[in-house]
Amino acid sequence: MPYSSVALSSRHSTKGRVLWLRLGRAWEVDDLTGRGHCWKRHPSAERDASHVAWCMPHRQEGAWLSCVFGELPPALQWGGCRTIQDSLCLKPLSVELPSPVILDPGTRRGQSGVPLPGAEPAALGALRSQEGEVCAPCPSLESWLTVLPSPQGIGVYIGKHRSAVMRGTQGPGDVLAAISARVQQIVQAMSFTTDSITTALSDRVPMDQLGTDTRRPFKSSLGYEITFSLLNPDPKSHDVHWDIEAAVNSYVQPFLDKLGSVANFSVDSQILYYAVLGVSPRFDKASSSFILSALSLPHVINPVEARLGSSATSLYPVLNFLLYVPERVHSPLYIQDKDGAAVGTNAFHSPRWGGIMVYNIDHPAPDKAPLLLRVDVDMVRVMEVFLAQLRLLFGISQVPLPEEFLLESPGNNGLTDWELDRLLWTRTVENIATVSTTLTSLAQLLDKIGNIVIKDDVASEVYHAVASAQTAMLELASGHLGSAFQASKEAVTSSERAFFDPSLLHLLYFPDDQKFAIYIPLFLPMAVPILLSLVKILREAKQSKKEPMKTD
Amino acid sequence: MAGAVAAVLGLSLLLGSTGGSTGPPRDSLREELLLSPLPSGDLAATFQFRARWDSELHREGVSHYRLFPKALGQLISKFLVRELHLSLTQGFWRTRTWGQPYLQAPAGAELWVWFQDSVTDVDRAWKELSNILSGIFCASLNFIDSTNTVTPTASFKPLGLANVTDHHLLRYAVLPREVVCTENLTPWKKLLPCGSKAGLAVLLKAERLFHTSYHSQAVHIRPICRDASCLSVSWELRQTLTVVFDTFSIGQGKRDWSLFKMFSRTVTEACPLVSESKIYVDISSKTQENELLEVTPLPLSVHEASVQGDRRTYAVYDLLSPSLFNVSRSLNVQLKWKRPQDSLDLSTPVLHAQRYVSGYGLQTGEISTLIYNTHPYRAFPVILLETVPWYLRLYVHTLVITTKGKENKPSYIHYQPAQDRRRPHLLEMLIQLPANSVTKITIQFERALLKWTEYTPDPNHGFYVSPSVLSALVPSVIAMKAEDAEQSPLFTSLFPSSDGSSYFVRLYTEPLLVNLPTPDFSMPYNVICLTCTVVAVCYGSFYNLLTRTFHVEEPSRGGLAKRLANIIRKVRGVPPL
Repeated sequence: MPYSSVALSSRHSTKGRVLWLRLGRAWEVDDLTGRGHCWKRHPSAERDASHVAWCMPHRQEGAWLSCVFGELPPALQWGGCRTIQDSLCLKPLSVELPSPVILDPGTRRGQSGVPLPGAEPAALGALRSQEGEVCAPCPSLESWLTVLPSPQGIGVYIGKHRSAVMRGTQGPGDVLAAISARVQQIVQAMSFTTDSITTALSDRVPMDQLGTDTRRPFKSSLGYEITFSLLNPDPKSHDVHWDIEAAVNSYVQPFLDKLGSVANFSVDSQILYYAVLGVSPRFDKASSSFILSALSLPHVINPVEARLGSSATSLYPVLNFLLYVPERVHSPLYIQDKDGAAVGTNAFHSPRWGGIMVYNIDHPAPDKAPLLLRVDVDMVRVMEVFLAQLRLLFGISQVPLPEEFLLESPGNNGLTDWELDRLLWTRTVENIATVSTTLTSLAQLLDKIGNIVIKDDVASEVYHAVASAQTAMLELASGHLGSAFQASKEAVTSSERAFFDPSLLHLLYFPDDQKFAIYIPLFLPMAVPILLSLVKILREAKQSKKEPMKTD
Repeated sequence: MAGAVAAVLGLSLLLGSTGGSTGPPRDSLREELLLSPLPSGDLAATFQFRARWDSELHREGVSHYRLFPKALGQLISKFLVRELHLSLTQGFWRTRTWGQPYLQAPAGAELWVWFQDSVTDVDRAWKELSNILSGIFCASLNFIDSTNTVTPTASFKPLGLANVTDHHLLRYAVLPREVVCTENLTPWKKLLPCGSKAGLAVLLKAERLFHTSYHSQAVHIRPICRDASCLSVSWELRQTLTVVFDTFSIGQGKRDWSLFKMFSRTVTEACPLVSESKIYVDISSKTQENELLEVTPLPLSVHEASVQGDRRTYAVYDLLSPSLFNVSRSLNVQLKWKRPQDSLDLSTPVLHAQRYVSGYGLQTGEISTLIYNTHPYRAFPVILLETVPWYLRLYVHTLVITTKGKENKPSYIHYQPAQDRRRPHLLEMLIQLPANSVTKITIQFERALLKWTEYTPDPNHGFYVSPSVLSALVPSVIAMKAEDAEQSPLFTSLFPSSDGSSYFVRLYTEPLLVNLPTPDFSMPYNVICLTCTVVAVCYGSFYNLLTRTFHVEEPSRGGLAKRLANIIRKVRGVPPL
């Protein structure tokens, strides 16, 4: 019998990474593997052992197929043909729609940023009328039901949790072989790839080997300060107001709450007056607007940064998001990319620094315009851009996907579960690399200065760092992302504390050449007679060699 | 046209401030400039920028700033600061010739902070706070440590809304060595919402401000009542800057001055964000001495106030008023003296003081402080705070206070002895000053020997001793009427006034420069060089003795020296060698 869809869901359980495939209604389990309730090696595992390896179908309604990546966990191995019902959260499908999240196919490439709930178009009715297919990837994990409008040409749908849905192929045959290519693609998109490793370790790889994208994300840190600044260079003609508090609470805070396990965040905002960009824009007669070309953007930030002020009270890196309302004489102001086309969002970001958005104001006709124009900033438009930039700066970028792939909107959080997993994984790898670099340079320092004193507390920090890094590696290998990340965080903290211990300042120790230099007044005069007599001995030796020759 | 612009601007600002803004925390900004000719003929210009924020900074999660600078707001909420007063000063306010200052600050850097009672480790918070302030203001406040921090018991009371008087939450430190320069002014200006782009801050041009006899910039943060009922708290940030121009040197011997002459700028507009922007010119002597001076342009209004026991008249220029810029686009306040004043009216202030070090040699010395009370008939008490670093070991038994030849017993003494390399001496006394008297306070000290790493890079320059602080409620000569503190210009609202009959004064004496016994720092290297040379010479000759073989040398034709010697011998008629 042909089946209509395959639901794919993965989850990091305590037993490793488990992948569920939920097959459509008409699926015959026996067609797939012949037997039920037993772990079987997946055919695709022959090619790539790190992906789908073990699968177990269930003869239950809904016909689930469980697959385990990589090595089969020991708990399952000895259990052999035991069912792992409890960990699989199998439940009958509920057809109720508690709070459907509607997918807007237009926003899936995230070009204009993360679609915000408030900004969702009211296409709900139109989409609902489409023939949708209801599926629940893993009912007990998520109480969400997803409405899939199933537009034409969409073969794979990736949900916002750790699930994906595939459209099945028609007709009988080796179904697993047919879907395994797609399963691999999905896994590439949702899981960790070599690209994410290079991104995580971009600082340790020579620049020319990587693109600029890899250096965009902020380095791993225990916390971040996010500062939103409204730049109003012309307070005489614009009285700009922004409801930043509400905007942060409704748009940024859910995202940060979701990221809470990765780092601590604090959000500030300020309004800066008379803060101007570093370059004066060019007037474009054709569109009667002002143009800021992509080439001049690097010069924009410096003069502004002097006014921004770094965070005085914490040592965390600062992410700056600037909203620039151009002066009346310079508006409207548009940013042009390298090809000369106007940038749709009128915003740009600077790697490891933050983002800038130009917010143009509609000026009424000059004769009607009041001298002081009150402006209320449309925060939805602004936050859409800033959230997209925030995601980029955290390295949550989208993998290029084939056309038939459809991503579910991340919803209110602005972040899907699998993206968070990937971020945690990247950060853990980066942290472990940082720890190893720090400890290596500490060891190099010790090699260079022989008589340096390592105090007990420094030593214990080093031991702790090494142990935590090893724990992190183990946990990472077994798929426990949360605990792996925690361990790597501890390792970084300990190693930094050991490295920056004030007693290890190498200036505290005299280098050997300086000690020698102090005694030069002694060594130099003493060396003179010794050297002279050496010269004399040499000369005499030469002479005594010559003389016998002559006499003979 | 300009007038119309200002009118609409003012109107819309008014509407903006009263018509209800978007966010609940409201903030406002006021800027003032006070120009007052000093009795000596100099001119003091005092700027004050008052930002007021109706928000509870200590509440968690308030982090959206508008007019209040973010850096300082974060500081207050992180370290639970109740009050913060920081001043950076170059020069010394000569109270005797310049009169009572509105707000004096000691030379160098001064920082005093009241913490909330919820702060558990005040010393740590103080240390971190001074380090961060050092970064914000580019000043060496990070040199504040336990050796120069004291906790005065009586001298420094909270100026803002406070019910806590537990002085363990107070920390006070002065760095007299600190040099104030442009690098400190720039971050200070950056805290202003308009920067130096508009409003009165346009006049703050560093090259003029530091060309003066006295330059003092300060930041005062304190909680104040939000309204008359005082149920909720607002935060107030005052940024003040005082400069004293030597008008004689600027005006080629004339005492006339103008804004342009002093600041080489004029005022063209108010900062668009302010709710009040005013220039006050002290024209008190005009009324007293029958039209001696003349101010142009003509002031729109005149404000009379009693400030520091004196009746003052101020010409007021309201920059937000539209008629001000009617005539010209810019405002250049000028003052002309109608006839040259020969005898300068040097009315000495009621309270002033001076301090010096006496004694000879490098072992002992004596610190003397003279406090003058020139009030004709009223005696009043004064609190004297002395902070002396530990390397001057005070002998408390030599403390002598004499007034008019008689011993004057202080009614309150708080003395905290120093601990070497840990904390300084702290001496606080409440002294009664009889009317029309000079009180002399002397105390002897011994100079300590420092470790060689503890000397400053220029030890022969001497070591600074921070100025002593005099706080007093001075009875006023005239009767002062109780005024609305918010309305009166500048600083009268900063210090509390108990009643109409007296006013609060805080004075600082000169910082002292004391020489300590200083070793010759090149000595160790000299010794190394000398001994090494001696050893090397001895070694060389000994080595030669041991290794050289002696044998009789056959006479040879000799070298150049011998030939030269033979020539000389031939000239002398002596047989050659």
